[in-house]
Amino acid sequence: MALETGGYLSEAGAAKLPGVPSRNRMERGACAVIECAQAIPCNPCVTACPEQAISIGIPLTRLPVLAEDACTGCGLCVAICPGLAIFNIELNYDEKHSRISLPYEFYPLPAVDDPVRVLGRNGEKLCSSRILKVRTAKQFDHTAVVSFLVPKHLAMAARNIRPNRANDNE
Amino acid sequence: MKKKQLVVVGSGPAGLSAAVQAAEYGVEVMLLDEHSRPGGQLFKQIHKFFGSHSHYAGMRGPDIGRLLLERAQSRGVCISLETTVWGIFQDRVLGLVSGDRTDRIQADKIILATGATENALRFPGWTLPGVMGAGAVQTMVNLHRVLPGKRFLMVGSGNVGLIVSYHLLQAGGHVVKLVEALPRISGWGVHASKLARCGVPIEVSKTVKRVCGRDRVEYAELVSVDAEWNEIPGTKERIEVDVVCVAVGLNPLSELAWIAGCGHKYIPELGGWVPRHDESLQTLVPGIYVAGDVTGIDEASTAMEEGRIAGISAAETLGCISGGAADAVRDKAYTQLAEFHQSPWGIRLEAAQRKLRAGEQDGA
Repeated sequence: MALETGGYLSEAGAAKLPGVPSRNRMERGACAVIECAQAIPCNPCVTACPEQAISIGIPLTRLPVLAEDACTGCGLCVAICPGLAIFNIELNYDEKHSRISLPYEFYPLPAVDDPVRVLGRNGEKLCSSRILKVRTAKQFDHTAVVSFLVPKHLAMAARNIRPNRANDNE
Repeated sequence: MKKKQLVVVGSGPAGLSAAVQAAEYGVEVMLLDEHSRPGGQLFKQIHKFFGSHSHYAGMRGPDIGRLLLERAQSRGVCISLETTVWGIFQDRVLGLVSGDRTDRIQADKIILATGATENALRFPGWTLPGVMGAGAVQTMVNLHRVLPGKRFLMVGSGNVGLIVSYHLLQAGGHVVKLVEALPRISGWGVHASKLARCGVPIEVSKTVKRVCGRDRVEYAELVSVDAEWNEIPGTKERIEVDVVCVAVGLNPLSELAWIAGCGHKYIPELGGWVPRHDESLQTLVPGIYVAGDVTGIDEASTAMEEGRIAGISAAETLGCISGGAADAVRDKAYTQLAEFHQSPWGIRLEAAQRKLRAGEQDGA
């Protein structure tokens, strides 16, 4: 299903974007994954990065390009993207798991250790997990960054969570 | 009769920017709005805005609204709320109604920043309680904190339909489905992706056939349509919802420009009838300017740029700023507009606006 007809990118489609790091880079540690695929006149991600690892240039509608070796995986860009299209992923969190950090704007915010369902780009349930960390900050402006673990093969598929207690959009 | 140098009608992003820009050059500005709160749609647009850092990017609508209001107040703009302009007469005399009082004001310059209104979609059952415009739903949810139902069908995949669906999810609503009659999603993919990953099905080439219920919406019937908008037999589908939310575009709210005799053109790319205007955003009636959605349906960020252009043009013709300095402000705003319009959709819109404005410039 394409972005224009179904509303979400395929995993293969996302992998081709200039904001998505190579597999080789992912293997080496936490990294930003920028799934921005259309000519949106927008660039807050550029100034959010303390390492100048994200560039857009002129015009404003160019896709963000990630200089993957400059990215330290700090995650500061995740909550800043107005399109909620940036994720922070540590592929090799441990032997079996990857850590996903994503922007989250639903109240109540989940708490550490809360059980969640992990969802794919199309909202389909991929696995269960628990909240590892919830990061909020004034400069995030009400967008929280939540982290959780998934089996490694789901690192580039898991893009949302739903706390188990929530009954929205069952 | 009261006299003002500049009256701005409408306090949304275009009107506020126009008022701030003109007041910055010493123009005495009165800003009118028929609503009880200023800001137009900004205060219900609780999502983070796209854009560049110099133009409020990443800020949420209410914060942009507050910032513009503070600027307007600190520059001495007089804001009059719950004040409806019901007519514009010879020599730019405005007829006002405020509560049980009527009034007249003579303005040297007028900027119409009246925004837009939602398009309706007619189908059997469209008058049942529970069929609502997406803008109305957004007002209820984000301004009044009332969720007008439990199970929602969203009709239309433009940015309004996509964003309001997301706000409904945030408010605890269940968006059962979003349908789009076109074969592709009209709004930005990132907005669609936020819904998709929450499990909201987005289905294209599909529309609402009718809405049924005894005295309120109980269910909707959907059908698939082909490229010529004909119903495809055998595709009927029934979904249980209590709100059908219609988000099928907007059209410029230009009654005041009609009343003032501004002259209009029908331009589909701009959303319908728009007042004819030149590059300074002046209409065919000298001293009356337009800015924002009334010049063609676009985004809040572009409305703010147009507000700047209209504000500076009014200040220039009032003699408060030299032509050269005004040109510099206009050039900067037009450069910004061109950058915002780099998308395929923006390019079509900008081409239509340029054609209109250049034509008026040559006296066509």
